Amino acid sequence: MLLQKYSKEVKQILSKYPPEHKRSAVMPLLYLAQREEGYVNKEAMQNIASLLDITETDVASIIGFYTLYHDKKAGKYRMQVCTDLPCALRGADEFLENLCGNLGVKVGETTEDGLVTLEEVMCLAACDRAPMFQTQGPDGIEYHEYMTVDRTMELIEALKQTEKESK
Amino acid sequence: MAHILLRHRDIPDFNKLNVYKKNGGFAAFKKAVTRMKPTEVTGEVTKSGLRGRGGAGFPTGMKWSFIDKNNWPHYVVANADESEPGTFKDREIMESNPFQFLEGLAIGCYAVGANVAYVYLRGEFWQVAAFLDEKIAEMEEAGFLGENLFGTDYSLKIYTHLGAGAYICGEETALLESLEGKRGQPRVRPPFPPSYGLYGKPTIINNVETFTNVPPILTNGADWYKSIGTADSAGVKIFSLSGRVRKPGNYELPFGATFRQLIYEHGMGVQDGRSVKAIMPAGASSSLIVVDDKVLDTPMDYSSVRTVGSDLGSASVIVLDDTVDIDWVINKTIHFFKHESCGKCTPCREGNYWMKNLTDRIHAGTGSDDDVKLLLNVARQMQGTCLCALGEFSTMAVVTGIERFPQDFKKKTKA
Amino acid sequence: MTKQVTLTINGKQVTVPEGLTVADAAKVAGIDIPVFCHHPKLEPVGMCRMCLVEIGRPMLDRASGQVVMENGQPKIQFMPKLETACTNRVSEGMVVMTSSEKAVSGQKGTVEFLLTSHPLDCPVCDKGGECPLQNLTMQFGPGKSRFIYDEKLHLDKQVPLGELIWLDRERCIQCARCIRFQDEIAGEAVLGFDDRGRGTQIISVSDPGFDSVFSGNTTDICPVGALTTADFRFGARPWELEAQASICTQCPVGCNTTLNTRREAKAGGDVVVKRVMPRQNEEVNEIWLCDKGRFAYHYTESKERLTKPMIRKDGKLARVPWNAATKFAAEKFSAHKKDFVVLASGRLANEDLFNLKSLADTAGGTAILYSDMGGGELTQLVGVGAGTNIGTMGKGDAILVIASDLYEEAPIWWLRIKQAADRGATLIVANPRQTKLDRFAKYTIRYAYGDEMKTVADFGKKSKIADEFAKAKNAMVFFGSEGLGVNGTSALASACAALLKESDHVGRPNNGLVGVWQRANDQGAFEVGFKPEADLEKALKGKAVYIVGADPVGDDPNLAKALKGAKFVAVQDILETATTEIADAVFPAQAFTEREGTYVSGERRVQRFHAAVPIKGDSKPDFAIVSMVARQMGIILEGSSPSVVFDILANSIDAFNELSYEKLAEVHGQWPIVGRGDLYYGGTTYENTRGLGVQLVPVAQVGGTVRISKVRKEAALRPKEKELLAVPVNKLYDLGVTIQSAELLGQRVGEAFVAMNPVTVKKLGLEVGKPAKISFDGVNVEAVLKVDDTISTGVVLVPRSMGIAIREPVVARVLRSESGKVK
Ligand SMILES: Cc1cc2nc3c(=O)[nH]c(=O)nc-3n(C[C@H](O)[C@H](O)[C@H](O)COP(=O)(O)O)c2cc1C
Ligand code: SF4
Ligand code: FES
Repeated sequence: MLLQKYSKEVKQILSKYPPEHKRSAVMPLLYLAQREEGYVNKEAMQNIASLLDITETDVASIIGFYTLYHDKKAGKYRMQVCTDLPCALRGADEFLENLCGNLGVKVGETTEDGLVTLEEVMCLAACDRAPMFQTQGPDGIEYHEYMTVDRTMELIEALKQTEKESK
Repeated sequence: MAHILLRHRDIPDFNKLNVYKKNGGFAAFKKAVTRMKPTEVTGEVTKSGLRGRGGAGFPTGMKWSFIDKNNWPHYVVANADESEPGTFKDREIMESNPFQFLEGLAIGCYAVGANVAYVYLRGEFWQVAAFLDEKIAEMEEAGFLGENLFGTDYSLKIYTHLGAGAYICGEETALLESLEGKRGQPRVRPPFPPSYGLYGKPTIINNVETFTNVPPILTNGADWYKSIGTADSAGVKIFSLSGRVRKPGNYELPFGATFRQLIYEHGMGVQDGRSVKAIMPAGASSSLIVVDDKVLDTPMDYSSVRTVGSDLGSASVIVLDDTVDIDWVINKTIHFFKHESCGKCTPCREGNYWMKNLTDRIHAGTGSDDDVKLLLNVARQMQGTCLCALGEFSTMAVVTGIERFPQDFKKKTKA
Repeated sequence: MTKQVTLTINGKQVTVPEGLTVADAAKVAGIDIPVFCHHPKLEPVGMCRMCLVEIGRPMLDRASGQVVMENGQPKIQFMPKLETACTNRVSEGMVVMTSSEKAVSGQKGTVEFLLTSHPLDCPVCDKGGECPLQNLTMQFGPGKSRFIYDEKLHLDKQVPLGELIWLDRERCIQCARCIRFQDEIAGEAVLGFDDRGRGTQIISVSDPGFDSVFSGNTTDICPVGALTTADFRFGARPWELEAQASICTQCPVGCNTTLNTRREAKAGGDVVVKRVMPRQNEEVNEIWLCDKGRFAYHYTESKERLTKPMIRKDGKLARVPWNAATKFAAEKFSAHKKDFVVLASGRLANEDLFNLKSLADTAGGTAILYSDMGGGELTQLVGVGAGTNIGTMGKGDAILVIASDLYEEAPIWWLRIKQAADRGATLIVANPRQTKLDRFAKYTIRYAYGDEMKTVADFGKKSKIADEFAKAKNAMVFFGSEGLGVNGTSALASACAALLKESDHVGRPNNGLVGVWQRANDQGAFEVGFKPEADLEKALKGKAVYIVGADPVGDDPNLAKALKGAKFVAVQDILETATTEIADAVFPAQAFTEREGTYVSGERRVQRFHAAVPIKGDSKPDFAIVSMVARQMGIILEGSSPSVVFDILANSIDAFNELSYEKLAEVHGQWPIVGRGDLYYGGTTYENTRGLGVQLVPVAQVGGTVRISKVRKEAALRPKEKELLAVPVNKLYDLGVTIQSAELLGQRVGEAFVAMNPVTVKKLGLEVGKPAKISFDGVNVEAVLKVDDTISTGVVLVPRSMGIAIREPVVARVLRSESGKVK
């Protein structure tokens, strides 16, 4: 399925690596597989395994290792706030706490409308621009830096708006 | 002084190909390919005294000279995993001065006879990777990448590859595993990548900043480069300054600049005018430095930082002021390392889990003196026994924190 | 000869081959460095950190490169950190300290770390008693834990990874031995780690779970009690077990096994087999077993076991004493001397077959091997023999596998050939459809069913592949019975023999022909003079038949019909079968677990097996029953001692000339070293103290004349339009009696099926997954239809022993629905 739907992308991904080492393509392919639903479903795992001549267990094991791959559905956007040491020294913990309050969710939970899952992550290499977070969504990953709770709520509003319009 | 690495700060639109070219861009690569033998390039880099900017400070030219010439093909990999808490310099380079980095990478490829290079970026650098892809395409378009470069028979392709959220993939052999489509877990070394690297082939891995130094070295000569910095640490370094300073950010300074200069001149001093309690010069992996005037005047180069009981590492300077409790700091660092331990070797996998439990308890105020002793003991027990440096890193702040800031722990524990 | 290196370990000088790891070198020197992740058959990974030792190397002078001397001795420079003995290779002059204070403190540290999240449930753990973690804990473990009990991770303790293997997550120490075995050795990466850090856990997401026929091996090499077999878990404590040497009876590989037995209340106080374990034989199965070999032994305990001799009286089988039963049969056989036929299978031991052959010969009857496969004469001529070891094949050697799906037919050969290919041997797989071995082949050849001979002939003529085969240092050919019957395989065997002879690949170790026989001792049957018969129906009709170790009635309706018209049928078996039901006399035989004997493997290795459990009822060993029957016919055959029968056999058959039970019991040192008190170094594999067996020398190797008869050209069956060519293939988990009575494996069999190319399915208007009605050679059957697009069109694949009788290719027709009319 993956192959049919994104044949151009798959081809382009495979062309990066020596054909005898096509297993290298597993990571980019997993990103591709996550595009639609935000997680890798069973069928995509099978597709990738057979495309790369590895086992499904191999694929599952890779999904398990890396934090940016998911095997379960969550909100359309994962809002991943960095609370690592440097960000924490610049108020990230308080920021996250306030955000939780405003959104009415705890870390790891998804807003009722299924739009945003709030998560806590390790350093994102933006320590000088804390508080900050990234959103992982259908179009990839986007950084949001020098954030305040207000600006974050605006951003979520905007996401909601686009969501409505697209429906 | 004009920047050598962060040149975009001096020249607007420096990430545009024509601007870069107009300012001398790609001349070094052309010179290398058309007028120098690969070994001469390596020789020049060796002579410059350039040391790796990924943390270990290994002499770059020497690493290149280790490439196994009896086994082909060769690969070069740029380490753009940049995941050490407090480090954010490679990202700025790639976003704002991408061509200088790519040119340096290309020169490295030529020097070691590689026709394919990968830039391994941490998965979160999704947008950076897309941007680099554009820049690589522009270089191909302009004839700086591809077949028969500058009319010679040298060809080169550069590809980006995104990781997916794993600090350990910055460790070079874990990075290679990841690039091969596996779980990013370190390999046993030796063999080292220059003899057994990507797909089992000889491979050179360098940090983004390391590569970015290479074009100016070829353009201006090794002697020029060596004249900057200190005797054992040649050239300039980008210091990522974070924590309780007024103006955090990247600062490019010659090696040997002092902590005081970085924190007070560039970082505009400590927030709320407080004083510096401790410095972590190498991100979360640092040994904590107890700060006094003498320390503030210590030059930031590889050997001097060692004299104050720490390591410069990737030069991600995290400033802790006197409001920060060290038991909280190590709770944060252990939280990080427990999360990032790959789980392959026993001491790191189990030790970090254990240390996490202990620091949680201590930080919550429910721990005892014995817990602090045990924590120190567990960290010591891990030291020197792990498969890769991550396990070692995880113990640094713990051991130095407890030993150098005992009062912070006393305060926290019931006897 | 590999270079030798001398080093000092704990003050003891040892000389070992270059390339060994320090851990392995220490083992050679008799020093056990504790290991968990390290396994001598796997690539070193250095992940558990159990083997930390101090390593010093002679210091070199920077300028001159010379060793620095100090007091006339090389100056040794020790590394500041401890190093892993399992990843460092030995070097000249190295000094290793495995039990210095520093080394021990590192090792202790690792044990403590491992125990922080270990449940320490040794009293209820299957590994208790043969667990290195337990032993080390006793040795180093602190009396009191510094880790708070409440902070221990609590994980799932009973996770089935499939029907055969269970995982206890709390006991797992993340050494990855099981994952690495599946990936590196079995080539089936169906186990992996999920998550990372302390969250690291074993997973298998294959369908069915843990989808590999080698899964049981992971329980042997798991150093703790994390992986256990569904068969043995909670079955017994290892220290209660007795061990008896045996040989696997499931396929021609002849894996060496150990039967672990125990007296069991459930079995009425009888001694029973509790588990089958590998017994090291590096030239046969190394330290591995396939799951069939490991779990199928239960058939010997079946409720259908025959325990008393019986004869038919008034149409019913009635128990009689042995004398009466054998006399009854003997009289009938004597009365029909000219029509006397012995039909025996390769399930029997050499001693049994030899006596049967002697009986048939002396009485003037014929001896027929119950098999669909011929070619055994050729493996005697140009088979592999003395000195052959697939484990030594690699770069520069070639292996051709034709008409066989080794994964299904002889799993350990599959594994060993795959590894030879990993080491660089040229593997050529020729088969009409895709098999699991293809992945490791340098060349795959696809031919149409029926074109086997042509394929071999062409192969001998031209092409790069043929050239590479011909030029190989050593070359072996494995031929099987996929798509072929007796005549087809015989012809294929001669074609392969000719190919080997012409390319000068006969008469040397690691060269020659191997038959992928259907039963464990078919090779032995050929050696003592048995031959299969293509037209069995004809051969049995109207005869006085002595059937031993075979169930023709259950297997094939046509044979059942033929036997109905027989003059007399005596059946000797261990189980009740459809054939015993029609028998005039029934003799209960002993299972291989209850008696002694020898088998000849496909690689022509003669190996002994021993009695491990008490005999069932009044059963007797086959050779003894034959001797009783013979005696009643006035023929004297040895019947009391298998070793004496073997001596007589050895005296009368050239290839066995020098052999005796003593000779077969000889052993020599093997690598890796297993046993020696710390079984777990190589896993819980048993050390082989009972004999490595002896390989027969093929005629070609003793310089005898090798004449290979011309290949008889047989017109291949070419079905007409609307007809199908039905071909037999072999499956590991079939409906054969050994699998059916082993409950565990039964779950892996599935229902009877036939397979076709999807195009054929469409053309015939059939439905996949639904039963199809097909007429084979006049017999109508119904079987579920599967598809495989590597099968050629117009062919229907019929697995042997899966409910449809098929001995050789036949023409089949699809029947339309209920009416039974031909489409
Ligand atoms: C746990 C760990 C994480 C690392 N992370 C990075 C990283 O993010 N970026 C980097 O360039 N080097 C990182 N390194 C260092 C690399 O292993 C390697 O030494 C470096 O890429 C070599 O490049 P250089 O010689 O140019 O410094 C890390 C090392 C360890 C042990
Ligand atoms: S120290 Fe061990 S567990 Fe930790 S990251 Fe390195 S190899 Fe993995
Ligand atoms: S690290 Fe050496 S045995 Fe595991």
